Amino acid sequence: MLPLVARDLRRAWAGGGLLWPIAFFLLVAILFPFAVGPDAALLGRIGGGVIWAAALLAALLPAERLVAPDLEGGVIDQFAVRDVPLALVAAAKLAAHWLGFAPALMLATVVAAALLDLSAATLMRVELGLLLGTPGLAALGLATGALVAGLRGAGAIAGLVMLPLAVPLLIFGTGEGAGALKLLGATSLLLVAGAPFVTAAAMRAGLD
Amino acid sequence: MTALTLVDVAAARGGRILFDHVDLALAAGDAALVTGPNGTGKSTLMRILAGLLRPAAGQVTRDGAVALLTEAHALDPELPLGRALAFWIAAPLAALDALGLAGVASVPLRMLSTGQRRRAALARIWGSGTPIWLLDEPTNGLDAQGMALLDRLLAAHRAAGGIAVVASHAVVTLPGARAVVLGG
Repeated sequence: MLPLVARDLRRAWAGGGLLWPIAFFLLVAILFPFAVGPDAALLGRIGGGVIWAAALLAALLPAERLVAPDLEGGVIDQFAVRDVPLALVAAAKLAAHWLGFAPALMLATVVAAALLDLSAATLMRVELGLLLGTPGLAALGLATGALVAGLRGAGAIAGLVMLPLAVPLLIFGTGEGAGALKLLGATSLLLVAGAPFVTAAAMRAGLD
Repeated sequence: MTALTLVDVAAARGGRILFDHVDLALAAGDAALVTGPNGTGKSTLMRILAGLLRPAAGQVTRDGAVALLTEAHALDPELPLGRALAFWIAAPLAALDALGLAGVASVPLRMLSTGQRRRAALARIWGSGTPIWLLDEPTNGLDAQGMALLDRLLAAHRAAGGIAVVASHAVVTLPGARAVVLGG
């Protein structure tokens, strides 16, 4: 399983592949002050939500490249022939996707927080929320990527599939208090637990 | 004991029967050559043999690990050939040597020619050490030397007690191979 995680992590960063979602995330955060005006109090109040929405959109970008290239390249065939459980392959992909994506996103959030004039307390709250919520985002992205693999216009369909399912993460991620964080963690855990099996089923269907 | 058996196997794609009543029994050292016009289900049969597809009817039994060669080489294109192979097999350099690719082990896969990639995919099969080889159009892109090399590898594999099933349009030398003709 470890070589699998290492391979996916290397592929994700090869050629700056994961720089694009991070750059996109920062760009959205930069555009917001332009759109709503330079009112620091207003930006401080909506900043947490802006970061969550930007993170969601950034998590969507790599989704279509998570599974489709391996299905086309015959890699999933080879795992199946070797009787490697596809759920294990999916779990490794999930781990690699989160490792490649979440720490960079959380670092970029510090920069975005400065642009949106977030207080230190709000930044801590957002970072904690991202720490709990990004595994769920990664799980959604992976399952979506597997479901749309091989379809024409996969990127657009991925958005339509994934964004509505991410609404609970968004609500609990931007909610107030410890209760919201607990619910965020629970939602994230549920997605992480379910995604490998959904992904494996989609990959098996893709072997046809 | 290494064995591969098909009993009355049928395959359907998109609601259409591609072939039916295919029987095959291979023991250690045996080989089969699958032929037939385009679209008669050669690749489908190979995927059924590999266990990737379920047959519409009939039974498949495999006794032994399988190595499958398809159109897709399943090697990471941005990696040097040696490292790309190392993901699948334990001794990539020996396998590359056997396929005449030792000189390009450090060249990224995407820089290689079609024939070299096909040889690299065959190196994955050769280095896998599995008793059952399923080769779908192994000669695609190979030059005359490569075809002769493939014949030698197949002979060595069978001499060592392996089973080989080859689907091909080209002439592959498989002495004593069962003929499976689809779409006849």
